[in-house]
Amino acid sequence: MSDKLLKVKDLKIGATVYPPGEKPHDIEIVHGVSFEVEKGKVLGLIGESGAGKSTIGLSAMAYGRGGVKITGGEVWVNGRDILKSNLGDIRALRGGEVTYVSQSAAASFNPAKQIMDQVTEASILQGKFSKKEAEARAVELFRKLGLPDPENIGNRYPHQVSGGQLQRCMTALALCPEPDLVVFDEPTTALDVTTQIDVLMAIKEAIRDTGVAALYITHDLAVVAQVSDDILVLKMGDMVEYGSVDQIINNPQEEYTQALVSVRSINHEEKEPTSEPVLRVQNVTARYKGTNFDVLKNINVELHPGQTLAVVGESGSGKSTLARVITGLLPPSQGRIHFAGRDLSADLAGRSSEDLRELQMIYQMADTAMNPRQTVGTIIGRPLELYFGLKGEEKRKRIIELLDEIEMGVEFIDRYPAELSGGQKQRVCIARALAAKPKLIICDEVTSALDPLVADGILKLLLELQKIEDVAFLFITHDLATVKAIADSIAVMFQGEVVRYGGKTDVLSPPFDDYTDLLLSSVPEMKLGWLEEVIANRKMESAGN
Amino acid sequence: MRIPIAALIGLIFTFAYFFVAIFAPWIAPYGMAEVVSRDVWLPPSSEFLLGTDNLGRDLLSRMIYGGRTTIFIATAATILSFTTGSVLGFLAAVLGGWADQAMSRFVDLIMSIPSLIFALVVLSVTPVTIPILILVMGFLDSTRVFRLARAVAVDINVMDYVEAAKLRGEGRAWIIFREILPNALSPLVAEMGLRFIFMVLFVSTLSFLGLGVQPPEADWGGIVKENADGIVYGIGAALYPAVAIATLAISVNLVADWVLNRTTSLKGGRG
Repeated sequence: MSDKLLKVKDLKIGATVYPPGEKPHDIEIVHGVSFEVEKGKVLGLIGESGAGKSTIGLSAMAYGRGGVKITGGEVWVNGRDILKSNLGDIRALRGGEVTYVSQSAAASFNPAKQIMDQVTEASILQGKFSKKEAEARAVELFRKLGLPDPENIGNRYPHQVSGGQLQRCMTALALCPEPDLVVFDEPTTALDVTTQIDVLMAIKEAIRDTGVAALYITHDLAVVAQVSDDILVLKMGDMVEYGSVDQIINNPQEEYTQALVSVRSINHEEKEPTSEPVLRVQNVTARYKGTNFDVLKNINVELHPGQTLAVVGESGSGKSTLARVITGLLPPSQGRIHFAGRDLSADLAGRSSEDLRELQMIYQMADTAMNPRQTVGTIIGRPLELYFGLKGEEKRKRIIELLDEIEMGVEFIDRYPAELSGGQKQRVCIARALAAKPKLIICDEVTSALDPLVADGILKLLLELQKIEDVAFLFITHDLATVKAIADSIAVMFQGEVVRYGGKTDVLSPPFDDYTDLLLSSVPEMKLGWLEEVIANRKMESAGN
Repeated sequence: MRIPIAALIGLIFTFAYFFVAIFAPWIAPYGMAEVVSRDVWLPPSSEFLLGTDNLGRDLLSRMIYGGRTTIFIATAATILSFTTGSVLGFLAAVLGGWADQAMSRFVDLIMSIPSLIFALVVLSVTPVTIPILILVMGFLDSTRVFRLARAVAVDINVMDYVEAAKLRGEGRAWIIFREILPNALSPLVAEMGLRFIFMVLFVSTLSFLGLGVQPPEADWGGIVKENADGIVYGIGAALYPAVAIATLAISVNLVADWVLNRTTSLKGGRG
């Protein structure tokens, strides 16, 4: 037991659920999970949403979030079963022996207090260091984590540093009390890809330098492969596979792990441009009302019928604004939108019903894109009613056809969005767009909120539907792996400008401009040692740094 | 499905009050303004269950007919304030811009005048009839409903599904009644209970001050006023309508709370 820092045996976790119209009852969400972490080693916990990864991570601090109870098993930290400890001992453990880094640094820091006070709070409270010692250690950690101006950054407030920097500050916060174990809960998920690799590298080096052990929770296998020694794959609260990184990545045994490793391996051949593009964006410049800053600067792109143009860039690059200009929600200050052989009116009010029908949109958050008070049948049926005047049995028949196209059964017709899974919701949104028989669908980050396997399914479906319906996609995304999978042509956007544009093969072949190179190299690859390779070879620092 | 005990009590009382109000002529033992005894303020007896009032009328019958008047006026005024307030509130949220500004500032103007004083001024120059009472109360209260409806609708108006409806080319009516209204219903229903109670109190206050329901018509506020002098002699006739107002207020609140809880956790609910 001595060399094992954390030993979890047959851990069972339960929660009370409150289904509407039924009596509240207890369910088990983690069914007997066992693993060990040695001193100075990193264990990656990986799985889709609902796999129980965060719940298991928090159990290492003997903590259950809102209504979650640890119902069985043992959690040993430094040779003590902490589930049997009294509250005083647990208090010494949390923030002392075991610390926690959460996904959203912006939501976890107190906006009214300086970063230094928050970073050193736990160590001072636990009596590990005096204020002076703790601050010296914090500065040391800031330096190790590659934060600019480490002596003074602690005097800033959380809103005065970037998202990537704040995430590193939180890592410093977790490492400050010299813990034995840090629980990282999706620390890079909310960051842009280019920022992610810097934070990832900083975390990896900090773990190595301080010799701390860590539980690293994420849904992205490629990320966890860069920082972990061992990986535990979870699915719906069950252990699927547990082994070394090398074994999981290069030689996965279970079917589920194999699927996770081979995710995004869709192969899509680039199509040749046809004679007449369906969409031509010409010299478009746009700004939001009341600002004097152009969000889009002289954009020129074309999209051919039945093809996919991927618009790639980081947050703030203007890609969603481009979608708003094309749909007419934001009239451009200059330039024009040529669509299906005609010029589109700049603002929505001036567009004909035919313009609206032929140009559909699918949103990032399927949850908010569907009225929670309408059934699937109403949601898909409305465009049929509005554009084609379908009613009664005729409409129902078409709805069932559309449900069939998105691989969902007729039984979904009377369900509400709240009764669907994330992937099903996005499928219904796709069906609603298809119902209008559009020539172009704008897909705004449609897979970013989904688990990798579910996202894969959606991408395959979109490609399939493109073949059947001959519809063009304008695909907005920050994820280059998605782009590689589905695009015919690519426009890379940076600070409101298209910096690289052309066919997929051309855009993805060297020589690259510095920004495209940074973006391309930042996409985590499912191979060991990728992180170090990228950091060593890149030409440009990321903007979030 | 189980109804919590508090909501059940509220439901029973609310139903009982509405039942009595609707069937008052069949339930009341005597006529509304019928003088049944030479003696005023008789104590409760088997003949007059709550005793008699200041003019020797049966107090129970007065209470039953009074409840009918009070509840009818309050219900009608609530319906009026909700239809005008919520439709205009949604419209302001959807239209935005100067239309929203004009409506919202007008509402601010009305709300800056205490509604009781406003009502007293209006009612002292107009004939005090029940339709006018309902109009005045409904109009004054619709400003509060407008504010709530607008605030809720502004939140819903920025949701992606409303944007999707606009991109689809839906008209304002569809956006207001099919996209916004169903999602704004639960806060509005809960507010409806509170506004109804406020209406009961409002009409009772006006009647107590002599500018509401006019005698010999009975209503709870009026009964308190008529029998208030009895309190000096230790006669509790004025307490019955007061208790009736209080129990109705509490019951309706309990029901409104329950409705709010249920609708927010219902399938498709926003909670």
